[in-house]
Amino acid sequence: MPTDVERWKSEVYGTEIREHLFRFAEEGWESIPEDERDAWFERFKWWGLYHQRNGQESYFMLRIGTPNGRLEPGQLRVVGEVAKEYATGPGTNPLFGDAYADFTTRQSIQLHWIKLEDVPDIFEKLEANGLSAQQACGDSWRNIVGNPMAGDDATEVVDAWPVIRELNETFKGNDDHSNLPRKWKVSVTGTPDGSGQGDINDLALEPAYKEIGGERTVGFNVRVGGGLARNEPRFARDIDVWVAPEDAPAVAGGLSALFRDHGDRENRYNARIKFLVDEWGPEKLRRVLQEEYVDFELETAGEDVRDQYTYNAGGEGRNDLLGVHDQKDGSNFVGLNVLVGRMGADDVIELADLAEEYGSGAARLTQRQNVIVPDVPDEKLDAFLAADLLEHYSPDPSPFMRGSVACTGTEFCSLSIVETKNRQVRFARWLKQNVELPDGVDEFHVHLSGCTASCAQPQIADVSLRGMKTRKDGEPVEALDVGLGGGLGEEPQFARWVTQRVPVDEVPGAIANLLANFDDQREGDETFREFVRRHDDDELAELVEPEETSYDDPMMHNTKRTWYPYAEDDSLDGSPAPSLADGTPITSDD
Amino acid sequence: MSVSLRVLDDGAWVSVNDAREVSVSELWRLDAPAFCACDLPDFVVENVLAVGVDGRTIDAKVYGQCIACGETGVPGWIPVGRLSDGEFTDIDRERSVLAVRETAHD
Repeated sequence: MPTDVERWKSEVYGTEIREHLFRFAEEGWESIPEDERDAWFERFKWWGLYHQRNGQESYFMLRIGTPNGRLEPGQLRVVGEVAKEYATGPGTNPLFGDAYADFTTRQSIQLHWIKLEDVPDIFEKLEANGLSAQQACGDSWRNIVGNPMAGDDATEVVDAWPVIRELNETFKGNDDHSNLPRKWKVSVTGTPDGSGQGDINDLALEPAYKEIGGERTVGFNVRVGGGLARNEPRFARDIDVWVAPEDAPAVAGGLSALFRDHGDRENRYNARIKFLVDEWGPEKLRRVLQEEYVDFELETAGEDVRDQYTYNAGGEGRNDLLGVHDQKDGSNFVGLNVLVGRMGADDVIELADLAEEYGSGAARLTQRQNVIVPDVPDEKLDAFLAADLLEHYSPDPSPFMRGSVACTGTEFCSLSIVETKNRQVRFARWLKQNVELPDGVDEFHVHLSGCTASCAQPQIADVSLRGMKTRKDGEPVEALDVGLGGGLGEEPQFARWVTQRVPVDEVPGAIANLLANFDDQREGDETFREFVRRHDDDELAELVEPEETSYDDPMMHNTKRTWYPYAEDDSLDGSPAPSLADGTPITSDD
Repeated sequence: MSVSLRVLDDGAWVSVNDAREVSVSELWRLDAPAFCACDLPDFVVENVLAVGVDGRTIDAKVYGQCIACGETGVPGWIPVGRLSDGEFTDIDRERSVLAVRETAHD
């Protein structure tokens, strides 16, 4: 039997949702019939709007999809201005203030506290400047990811940007692909560093060489069925297909159509294509793709460059895109650390000023929640690096800062079990002040995800933290499961969950003790991932020694039972939501 | 009177008549002898899988784990609220013992 979501989608979905969304915005929050709210909130996701969690009714998260994390000149300023004008609500974050933008692990932008009534004005401003929230959420083609410097990065072997742009233009607002069984995440990468993180996507196009007509031609190998969510992580499977850049839309569209027709629409937990690949195997998937969805002979896989992958791989080479790097045109791109991906709206605007003064005005977003200023000529580089703003958003931060990734958490998210972003900031600051990495270790990635949805990609970090509960002194407290040794690279591996339910105030101590044990027992110059690989789970559990330290966690209590964790009166009964367009609480009639 | 019961947002919560009533992250004390060896499993809700109604009782099937022993899984159908004249009536799930039923809606 189709799910309620499938039934709602069969009635109204895709581009047509917009007219209803604007009608409700015009008439106000209360005009949405009470018995239709579940249906409309599900549909609004297709236009990038996600209803915030319990206690925050009538406020929305707005996700802006920036293909490949690419912000053209002027767009970063627009993001900052929209955040400043519209992304404010009744709650103030003690670290980030009243208005901020979140850069996500899928190179998108999230704004919070958005009122439905403001959506037409926001969309008008975004779209007038080439930005869009279309399909940023919902069951369709999501924001396409890759190396955000595609086309400019001096190391790339094939320019992925024309492919990404064409895929985005072809499959955004495309009625044949707008209603899929579930989300469809695509990565296209042209650099040999693995920075597209294709392995964790539904569809990955990765650089590869193939002998075509007697010539060695560069294109993409195709992998399908990666993803991290719901305790069912998968790396994308090799389906033995190489595709030329000009044929990529036909193959990607064929796979999207195959998913549309054969994905599970009766059970949303089984809907992602990773489960279809499990069921069919790569060979059948390739055969059905060939026989039913493409009208030319597929090439077999080419020679890949996976042995050169360094991104988030834990070894030598660039593990992220921070710092100064060469562009093809002789200028530079400068990657700046945005701790946990959150940047105050005023800082976004100030960075836009700097990007215009020292670069082209363009900006890029990375999958490690950081921002890049491209097109900085050599003669302006020193002055740019000396800008005051870069003291906070550093191109060369502490390894604990540059290694931090965190999802939204209980501040706004329905699924999360624990507070995340502010907590990871506190963790990183404490670790920076109190812990030394062993000699020669410059990279140490800690990813904190509030639940098994894995928006912070916890399974591919040196230390993986995932939200949980436990009791301490008899009282329920927020806790974290600890996993070790995950990462990407030529041979990606998921973290192994070795220690469960560590009270959050003992986690920094656990990481400090783990690193001390790593330093003591390390063989030669082995990496942390190699160190984890040669120990079994029990041995690793012994090396994680949770301990109270000078670290103090002010959010030990159940942050999900608050309307906003940082409010003075944080009780659900104290919530000012839902509210009218101007923020005035709507009082119940009864 | 018809009542709409749904699980939404990737299993984040139970909707009753288009209102969010039961959320993941709650900590429940279960009477669930078949789930783990603990007398009364101290169970954190990680995902809601299904919701049903049996007479006046609303039950949910959820995935989670006992934080005392670490056992993970789906304990069965768990009462999460009651219906009264078509309206949802909350029960104090975090301060009650919730008796799991194996086959209430299967």
